[in-house]
Amino acid sequence: MTYQQNTPEDRQAMLQTIGAASIEELFAQVPAPLRLNRPLNLPEPQGEMELAAHMAQLAGRNQAMDRWVCFLGAGSYDHFVPAVVDYIAGRGEFYTSYTPYQPEVSQGNLQTFFEYQTMITQLTGMDVSNASLYDGGSAAAEAVLMSFTATGRSHRVVVSRGVHPEYRRILHTYLENLETEVVELACPDGTTDPEEAAQALREPSACLLVQQPNFFGSLEEMEQLAQVAHEHGSLLVVVVDPISLGLLKRPGQYGADIVVAEGQSLGSPMSFGGPYLGVMACREEFLRRLPGRIAGQTVDRRGRRCWVLTLQTREQHIRREKATSNICTNQGLLAIRAAVYLSLLGPQGLWEQAELCLQKAHYAARRITEHDRFRVRFDRPFFKEFVVQDRQGRVAQVLDYAWQQGIAAGVPLGRWFPELEDCFLVAVTEKRTREQIDRLAQVLHQAP
Amino acid sequence: MRNHRATQLVFELSRPGRRGVRWPECDVPREEPQRLVPQRHLASAPPPLPELTEPDVVRHYVNLSTQNMSVDTHTYPLGSCTMKYNPKRNDAWASLPGFAQVHPYQPEPSIQGLLQLLYELQEYLAEIGGLDAVSLQPAAGAQGELTALLMAAAWFRDRQKELGPRTKVLIPDSAHGTNPASAAMAGFQAVTVRSNARGLVDLEDLQAKLDDQVAVFMITNPNTLGLFEPQIKQIADLVHQRGGLLYLDGANMNAILGITRPGDFGADMMHFNPHKTFSGPHGAGGPGAGPIAVRRELAPYLPVPVVVRDAEGRYRLDYDRPQSIGQVRSFFGNVGVLIRAYAYIRTHGPEGLRRVSEDAVLNANYLLALVKHFLPVPFGDRCMHEFVATAQKLRQERGISAMDLAKRLLDFGFHAPTVYFPITVRESMMIEPTETESKESLDALAQVLFRITEEAPELLHEAPHSTWISRPDEVRAARNPVLKWTPQENG
Repeated sequence: MTYQQNTPEDRQAMLQTIGAASIEELFAQVPAPLRLNRPLNLPEPQGEMELAAHMAQLAGRNQAMDRWVCFLGAGSYDHFVPAVVDYIAGRGEFYTSYTPYQPEVSQGNLQTFFEYQTMITQLTGMDVSNASLYDGGSAAAEAVLMSFTATGRSHRVVVSRGVHPEYRRILHTYLENLETEVVELACPDGTTDPEEAAQALREPSACLLVQQPNFFGSLEEMEQLAQVAHEHGSLLVVVVDPISLGLLKRPGQYGADIVVAEGQSLGSPMSFGGPYLGVMACREEFLRRLPGRIAGQTVDRRGRRCWVLTLQTREQHIRREKATSNICTNQGLLAIRAAVYLSLLGPQGLWEQAELCLQKAHYAARRITEHDRFRVRFDRPFFKEFVVQDRQGRVAQVLDYAWQQGIAAGVPLGRWFPELEDCFLVAVTEKRTREQIDRLAQVLHQAP
Repeated sequence: MRNHRATQLVFELSRPGRRGVRWPECDVPREEPQRLVPQRHLASAPPPLPELTEPDVVRHYVNLSTQNMSVDTHTYPLGSCTMKYNPKRNDAWASLPGFAQVHPYQPEPSIQGLLQLLYELQEYLAEIGGLDAVSLQPAAGAQGELTALLMAAAWFRDRQKELGPRTKVLIPDSAHGTNPASAAMAGFQAVTVRSNARGLVDLEDLQAKLDDQVAVFMITNPNTLGLFEPQIKQIADLVHQRGGLLYLDGANMNAILGITRPGDFGADMMHFNPHKTFSGPHGAGGPGAGPIAVRRELAPYLPVPVVVRDAEGRYRLDYDRPQSIGQVRSFFGNVGVLIRAYAYIRTHGPEGLRRVSEDAVLNANYLLALVKHFLPVPFGDRCMHEFVATAQKLRQERGISAMDLAKRLLDFGFHAPTVYFPITVRESMMIEPTETESKESLDALAQVLFRITEEAPELLHEAPHSTWISRPDEVRAARNPVLKWTPQENG
């Protein structure tokens, strides 16, 4: 039987030791009227060989990005993942361990989390990082909740519409049963207007939530936004793209208070949206409000340097309803992937990767707009992603045509932004070659 | 044998000029970055990450991995966590490019295989839970709890006229800490219900606290003591009579697969922990997943999207659900974990899942029978998939704590049970062997435990003795937090 080890003889011997006549007797606690008197209505079992064929068949019915050329982004990116990342994360000692409740036999996890936390602070320029949250979207919501207790202003937050629409939806969902007003700032020109932000922040608000580069790929004026947020006693919470930090100013440099990110870019596959990695870092003064696990350095009884889970009095298993968050199981393995990924890249590797994205995205924008039909919708600096407008307004047909040619050309924006019905978002990572970009432009230009 | 360089930090191994990745030359016409992006947005230097070669990185992290205990290498009877064997085939399938290389915003016709799998998993979980509708979105059990509570809040908002304002969530004192924390996050007041002398919900206390402001009673069944609540149906009826909803924390589903179903014993909503019940794996603390199943009346409130199948047999993502609470996580959810859960369920089938629970319960009862003579189990001779023993007597008589026993077990190559939880039992040790341990490993665990209880207290206070480090100073870690490497502090 599958993965169990008990033979019929084992079961007999064990029942004898227990003093029970049958396994059925062990379930006597479950009242008879509540029992299921029939087998579960599920497919019959399959051995490894048959199920392998079934799984391969299901996987084969997906047109995946190993065969299509991926220009899709919007929060999930086709960055290159070195083989070492899978190799390390595939080590059973990492993969099949759990939360390091016993530090003596979890130093591998704890030290790696400590290294991960350090690398996240190096990347963001912030003081402290936790050991991961679920994903970028729920991390953004957690950051906003954190800003409530940090400022004592839980009744109002100001959010730019340049923040990923799904992240904003998550925030609305999290806040629905709390009495918080969520004020959204329009981005008619592709970025958040600091004047408008200042206006909105006049009424006391816990934080200003923005994204850099924002959902449209455009670069926000972070220094100005930080200034207006702080002038009004609000925190600046920023969602960042980790790869962009190879080149762009770090949030710590422009005065961010809490930084979150989707860490999928740091060595994890797109996997239709998960598992991903919620990155969160903040300034020292908010440390005790930080949600999630944190690894800290200490010494053991013989004076040896080692690492433990620390500041656990913030957490649900100690504080229960007074905890900073309900999070328990997090995304440890994805944090390990990110640590391995960043150690492989190093400063020079990340810088070059970011520059490749920058160069290739701008080349793609130039090539696509060689045809009058297309223009870059916003006249704003961008990093690796930009909004293309189809002047003929046939986005669905264009994208479908490109798909038939083996190119995933972009993400249509009408679903979230009715005013951008004629636009799609194009992302270009270091993986895209000049040939692929030229072909993207050619196919778009030929589209019906 | 041990490689002591492994305890150096990656930053200490760093040497300027080394690197582990080399990118291709830029194959498009290059412009100066300042011409593409104004200087004010650019950093003057890249982040100060460590500099290592690929062999450095591999040796460092492989050595670190060997400092962990894991299910692949050790018996791991960590109560409440269901540390069962993680089938390698499931990992291989989740990594197929047809699953792993799929972007979340691909057109639906291009992902029919994946949507079929997710749709079928929704159906399987509904069947296993005895409920009607499923969301696969929550990223972990705690997020499943929060999602369901937000749904309950919306459900009551729509029924405020008949049912009045509902502001409280009742939670037994033996519950996981996530329950009250989730209730608070969802904007409810968490109210604790006492356990009785038998470790079950105290019905009198429940009735006293069950008023017209109670939205939800969150119950873990089997509970964290490894006991099935025999009065669960009466509890459900009481909650329903007052207009409340019953939530089942599904952390302990490994005990009841195909035996009894939460929907059949009165739950209106529940979450699953696929990383436990359906063999995750646990991944150093995650990723998990926290799918929720609910009764038909609550289905309109599920987060979006839900996978649906149309009359022609095509699968699509349904976002058009006006009463939906919205979204709790970006994109679809922890799909890689869900694929493994699907494969696990398909591998076992209906009988196989039932046998999983039978062997999980048999193994736990067997271990209980072996240890109860020297390590009292306060709540009786029988358990479901786990049981809670107490070292209280050892503590009083010989000064040996549950923590001492836990630490000493490590020396003998066993991971420790969960200690000091549930908080309703003093010096508690929560032991969950799971169905994938053999009789021999349970015999060995019991023998070692017995031997340890006979050992000198001084030896135990300093355990473990065989690990590289022993008894880290946790107070110091919390008082003077060092949460990142800096050249000054560590160099």
